[in-house]
Amino acid sequence: MYSALQDVCDPAIVAIIAALFIGSAGIPGLFLRPGPGQMIATVTTILASLAGLPAALALLFAPATSTFVLAWELPFGPCELAIDPLSAFFLLPIFLVTATGSLFALGYWPAATHRSTERGLTFFYGLLASSMALLVMARNGVFFLMVWEVMALSAYFLLVTEHGREDVRRAGTVYLIATHTGSAALFVFFSLLAGQTGSFLLPASGSLSALPPVALAIGLTAFAGFGAKAGIMPLHIWLPSAHANAPSHVSAMMSGVMLKMGLYGIFRTLTFFHDPPLVWGAFLTVTGITSALLGIAFAVAQRDLKRLLACSSIENIGIITTGLGVAMLGVSSHNPPLAYLGMAGALLHILNHSFFKPLLFLGSGVIIHATGTREMNLMGGLGKEMPRTALLFLVGSVAICGIPPLNGFVSEFLLYLGFFSQLQATSMPYIVLLAPLLALVGGLAMIAFTKLYSSVFLGAARKPGATHPHEAALTMLLPMGIFALLCLTIGLAPQLAQRLVSPALAAFMPAMARSIDPAEYMSILGRLSLFAILLLLVAFLLTLFLRWRLRQSEVTAAPTWGCGYQRATARMEYTATAFSELAVSVFNGIIRQRIERPALTGIFPSAARCNDLPTETVLDRIIVPLFNLAGPSFAFLRRLQHGQMHVYMLYIFVTLFILMLWAH
Amino acid sequence: MTNILIHLLLAIFMPPLLLGVIGKTKAAFAGRIGAPFLQPYYDIFRLLRKGTVFSTTTTWIFRAGPIVSLATTAVAALLIPFGAHPAPISFQGDMILYAYLFALGRFFTMAAALDTGSSFEGMGSAREATYSCLAEPTLFFALITLSRLSGSYSLSAMLIKVSSSIWLEAGAALILLVGGMFIVLLVENCRIPFDDPNTHLELTMIHEVMVLDHSGPAFGLIQYGASLKLFVLGAFFVHLALPYATGTPSVDWLLFIISMLELAVIIGTVESVMARLRLVRIPQLLVAATILAAFSTLLVIR
Repeated sequence: MYSALQDVCDPAIVAIIAALFIGSAGIPGLFLRPGPGQMIATVTTILASLAGLPAALALLFAPATSTFVLAWELPFGPCELAIDPLSAFFLLPIFLVTATGSLFALGYWPAATHRSTERGLTFFYGLLASSMALLVMARNGVFFLMVWEVMALSAYFLLVTEHGREDVRRAGTVYLIATHTGSAALFVFFSLLAGQTGSFLLPASGSLSALPPVALAIGLTAFAGFGAKAGIMPLHIWLPSAHANAPSHVSAMMSGVMLKMGLYGIFRTLTFFHDPPLVWGAFLTVTGITSALLGIAFAVAQRDLKRLLACSSIENIGIITTGLGVAMLGVSSHNPPLAYLGMAGALLHILNHSFFKPLLFLGSGVIIHATGTREMNLMGGLGKEMPRTALLFLVGSVAICGIPPLNGFVSEFLLYLGFFSQLQATSMPYIVLLAPLLALVGGLAMIAFTKLYSSVFLGAARKPGATHPHEAALTMLLPMGIFALLCLTIGLAPQLAQRLVSPALAAFMPAMARSIDPAEYMSILGRLSLFAILLLLVAFLLTLFLRWRLRQSEVTAAPTWGCGYQRATARMEYTATAFSELAVSVFNGIIRQRIERPALTGIFPSAARCNDLPTETVLDRIIVPLFNLAGPSFAFLRRLQHGQMHVYMLYIFVTLFILMLWAH
Repeated sequence: MTNILIHLLLAIFMPPLLLGVIGKTKAAFAGRIGAPFLQPYYDIFRLLRKGTVFSTTTTWIFRAGPIVSLATTAVAALLIPFGAHPAPISFQGDMILYAYLFALGRFFTMAAALDTGSSFEGMGSAREATYSCLAEPTLFFALITLSRLSGSYSLSAMLIKVSSSIWLEAGAALILLVGGMFIVLLVENCRIPFDDPNTHLELTMIHEVMVLDHSGPAFGLIQYGASLKLFVLGAFFVHLALPYATGTPSVDWLLFIISMLELAVIIGTVESVMARLRLVRIPQLLVAATILAAFSTLLVIR
């Protein structure tokens, strides 16, 4: 495939041009009437992605890295763009999610009904996608920071699309503060790196030693900067509200792709060092599994549909980080199977998460479109009016819980194999203790997603008559269908997935990858695929059997059995909050729910309201008090901040001048 | 080949017998004659011929629930060795698939229950979700201990390895494990003291209340699936607690059947002499089971 494509054109150039086309797709719309602009942007984005995806695949399997040097006049050394298999691997979700999200937007955020916001949304959407694609190609630290800022800011503008709402503005501000704190760490990171290597070009793979103390500083600043973008606990504070308040296809993009850019940064940084110490792996493993556990525990308590999905993103990023940490432990202790399995699990989970999370976020968009709310306690029974959405959403929910026969199980399975692989060894048998923890994460994910799925799609509508739900348009169903199909494909044929991750894995740790025979794992994955097919077959036979029995006997329809009570209403249904209440009470301490109960007095108490809200423990108890403390002590800086543009420009000029004097 | 055939035949036909033996044991304790041993078979056949009532609230998920939960249990039965005979299919890491297959069944059972919109079934599935989440780590600790003791990563190898010599070697760890896994066995199969398979309508119910609205053939599948689940999890447990093996294939099959029946008598005895626990006690006991299993893990990896 590679050679065939190369004859026609260089895949690397195709990928770069595709990225640029996606970035400029929204520009015509800025000058046109809203309708055609959006259509042009969508068509351009989809065509560019259709060219970009095969190019990225070809680059993934390409034997050599393609490198380009951009001619620029800036004093930061040559601006290199390079696409190695690791970059190509991260390009796959970028192109895929961008194209599907753009198609989805046609039905979800049509220009006809969102005249004022559609242009900006389309423009920044393309810019976000394009900056991420360039980000994974960037090999110059300064260029990397530039596209990083473009990415962060376009995500901000996308997030505050509905800036008329107070909670959207608040979410935007929290995001902006968090992302710039991360960027500040990255400025330090690239400066330290440049101090080590003498140029702003990113160091080649394995060219740095992790022994000098400055390497520790590099590692820590990378973790702070990239970890904040990825949403690893405790740097996740911006994530739930940002994902919840953005338009749904933007949430899909942020969760499915943008978080991965943080992970890409961490992956890339780790490739610089040829001898990462054991403690790096241990640190990543511990923060990873903590993020996974706490993230999913928070998800269980949520009652806002998209907030639940956002918290589950923290969980999935945690699982990926755990895999990465385990792989680094393997690298440091020169243990190829451990490194291979941890890395394969982490990379595959990145891919998987960029399939099922966009699927669920797009699904949440359809749901919000139909019901006009994000509050799960008000939904119910949508499965009847929207059977296709319900089916696709079910695929996403099962996949994200990590249960067979879908893709989430495959990556978790590889991680489990990694955890168990050290059990007989004398060096690190305690890694296996991650297995029960990951099992607990799986159990909690199951609570969160049965809660989500059933309170939205099953039972009777809890607030009937408010809206008339309807099946979504084809432009909204098709993107979800593509993701669901991908989830099923990887679940049924996990060997394919292993093929996809191997080149990226080999690029990440060439020495380790060479000493492993992938055929062994290939055969294990083959058994998984056998079981997945067997399971579908048995289920199919049982379905036939049940249908035959139902045809042979009398089938009647009646209301749900209410234990003799005749006037059951939808208000008596178990709500989403009620469903998770038991779990919340068992995990009390980790998850907190603020419940405002009215005081009932007298024999006939008057009408009253009871309110419950899951609290953001880290944000509300640690970060906000710290900011409140910091606020007064930095009050003097506020005098510099007065909103007069020309004085700001003067600041920039003076700073530059002083820096130049200093440099002389 | 013969062994695989016997494995399949036992897995298909024997499970309801365990329920019969449990019922007979309970009857003996109560001083009754009790229903015949084959009563569960009669019940299932009768249900398969009966008519069905579907709630008007439900969708296809409600019908998929019994199918998926039976299918997952049936596929899991292929991974468990029966007695000294290895399972028909085994591969490295199959124990993880085994644990997660039950999760799939549970997902659909809970979804089917919630599809009815009844608050009873909502309560049941909320409890099921929480308790099974707490029981999950116990199973994994057990798998770690067994994997470490046997030096292998597949269910067949690690379970068949448990023998009297291993009991002498790592008795303390195995006793802890038997304690923890017995609790999991009772929870997962909705037996007393956690749940009562004979009552449907009390507010303390877990599994049984989730299948309240099922009727006819679908309910027959559920009953059969429940007995198969008891059989599959029981087969796991008897490897730990009653590891008989002689080396002669036919005798080993007989010993396996006997040990399964023994297990049924033990469960029947527990059900006869214990009262059901208060609901708030169940999570505490489940955490205790996890800690027992964690202790056994620490004993073997230290």
